[in-house]
Amino acid sequence: MAVLRTFLYLLVYPGILFLFAYSTFSEWFDRKVYARLQNRMGPTHTGRFGLLQPIADFFKLLAKEDIVPEAADKGLFNVLPAISLAVVSTAALLLPLWNFDLAKPGLTSFSGDIIVMLYLLSLPTLILFLAAWSSTNLFSTIGGARVLTMLFGYEVPLFLAVLSPAILANSWRLAEIAAFYQAKPLLLLVNVLGFLVALIAVQAKLERTPFDIPDAETEIVGGTFTEYSGKKLALFRLTFDIELVVASGLLAAVFLGGFPGGVVLGLILFVVKTLFVIFLLSLIRALTSRIRIDQVVAFAWKILAPLAVLQLLATILLKGFLS
Amino acid sequence: MSFQIPIGPQHPALKEPISLRMTVDGEVITDADIRLGYNHRGLEKLAEEKTWVQNIYLTERICGICSHSHATCYVQAVEKLMEIMPPRRGLYIRYLVSELERVHSHLLWLGVAGHEAGFDSFFMYTWRDREIVMDLLEMISGNRVHYAMNTIGGVRRDIDEGQKAKILEGVVTLRKRSEYYFGIGANEPSFVARIAGVGMLTKQQAIDLCAVGPVARASGVARDVRKEDPYAVYDELDFNVCTSDSCDVLGRVVVRVMELLQSYNMIEQMVKGLPDGDIVVKAPRKAKPGEALSRYEAPRGENVHYIKSNGTDKPERLKVRAPTLGNYPATMVMLKKGFIADIPLIFAAIDPCICCAERAVTLISARSGEESVVTMSDLRRQALDRSKNTPVKGKSVWPF
Repeated sequence: MAVLRTFLYLLVYPGILFLFAYSTFSEWFDRKVYARLQNRMGPTHTGRFGLLQPIADFFKLLAKEDIVPEAADKGLFNVLPAISLAVVSTAALLLPLWNFDLAKPGLTSFSGDIIVMLYLLSLPTLILFLAAWSSTNLFSTIGGARVLTMLFGYEVPLFLAVLSPAILANSWRLAEIAAFYQAKPLLLLVNVLGFLVALIAVQAKLERTPFDIPDAETEIVGGTFTEYSGKKLALFRLTFDIELVVASGLLAAVFLGGFPGGVVLGLILFVVKTLFVIFLLSLIRALTSRIRIDQVVAFAWKILAPLAVLQLLATILLKGFLS
Repeated sequence: MSFQIPIGPQHPALKEPISLRMTVDGEVITDADIRLGYNHRGLEKLAEEKTWVQNIYLTERICGICSHSHATCYVQAVEKLMEIMPPRRGLYIRYLVSELERVHSHLLWLGVAGHEAGFDSFFMYTWRDREIVMDLLEMISGNRVHYAMNTIGGVRRDIDEGQKAKILEGVVTLRKRSEYYFGIGANEPSFVARIAGVGMLTKQQAIDLCAVGPVARASGVARDVRKEDPYAVYDELDFNVCTSDSCDVLGRVVVRVMELLQSYNMIEQMVKGLPDGDIVVKAPRKAKPGEALSRYEAPRGENVHYIKSNGTDKPERLKVRAPTLGNYPATMVMLKKGFIADIPLIFAAIDPCICCAERAVTLISARSGEESVVTMSDLRRQALDRSKNTPVKGKSVWPF
């Protein structure tokens, strides 16, 4: 029975099926918001309101010809899309959305899961770099170098910003952090600055405008994905969709008070809060122009990192004052 | 580590085939090289086979964006050769379409610049508003791309009061929107960060390298054929030559938006002051022997057509110098010391129209990379030389 339940958890809810459905819905939502902000219609054709368009795109890509370049490191090139998908799906299991008991830490909710989550969210970036490097294309190589350069910019501000609410809550466990802010909602206001920093860093992590530098099509064609096609490209795109859900779920859990209220209410809160975060991310995407790689690093270290440190300082001072 | 990255002949940033080879050191461009000839169609030779009237429609097809510019430039030269003067109403309608075309071309360019900078919202908005002017052009001429308005001695279609009112109405909306885009182009921080100080071309360089059009004007050189050498109706119109001293892509954006506003003024002046009378005079079938040179300020800069006539109903030679060709040397200077990320922006900032500029065949030796421009007679001589030395194959077998 326990084995069956575990399989259900992994495969249906909140496992891969739910993730697939919700992440494609998020992509649809993101595309629709982006399109409406640009005075376009967005997806309308497949399914009601074009809701099935991302799924149709996914299956279409699965059916497309899959080409592996002669010169590529074939083993790495083939296995990386699956690994990146596995990594972000694992990260999704750590979201404090289901099966967590504050008193009983388990396999998916334990002290330090916020660190594991951040680590799992960092891995896809490295995988992207490896994917770009192993495809040996000139444009991919430049894209890969840009992926890593950007990582040095946004990673530290993201960690500082996400960890400062944890310091105030005095816990490294996502469920406990969420519970702490549910008990004292006013303290959420302290973290607004950190939320903004994390939002921008997540935008950079997901490589969306203004940080879509590694796959800037007008500069370096497909960037990291130049040589990827068919199934592998489909998996990478799904990875990004799931990463969008996981990252916005993380922000919602840490900065917006989590998802209390059991299975049904928790799910509704999860959907509402993640869609709010995705809406903000789409807004940034529509309102800005792509900046240059040197500008990203300068911006991250001159503005984002000091702001994150300021947030950390404010949190520590407040904690001392409260206790 | 320095390596060469190819931009083109096929690349998402390029709408037409051209090859830019950038030697980059990390993200910085150390050297740039440009290779043309992917879009050569032999239009100039074809023009020698067609009559004066047929050539209007041929020259119109040199370019899809500034189609009216080429046709008008050609027609101006032919009218000079035939010594005829179109009626004033005809001229007003012809240059009204010219200015509308400038508006559509500049709005198109603004969108492309936004897209190259990764600012797709800007792209979507400008192209939405470009539809207004496209609809006006369609209303006037019946076509969206090749207007086919020109004929030797005037224009082919008249405009009525209802159309006048619609043009004025469209211009009011466009002016309001363009002022808004001016605000975005000059103020949106992430966009300005991408275009300010990028692709520098000093005033002296612009003069030395014979830059034309908005590229020259953005470097502070007030070079505009409409003002320097006013043709047809331009001496009757009140407008300014817009310049900018910032010498970068930002300056080119600003100059183009200011030109849009000037064009709206000119359109209003022309529509309101449209004289009565005929729109066309009858043109002779043949032109006298002679030569004519015609200059025209196309949206991208000075367009030059040279025609030589031998007294028949066909030109003996038609030479087109499109503005993009004039801007290539300046582009090479702008690209050096820039970032990879700036290549599409800098290149797009000259508003390149590759099919306009492709007028010569360049041969590149695959082994040495040596380039040479050859004429048809040279090619023929080379072919003869080669076949002279090859031994005659006695028993060649037909492969099939």
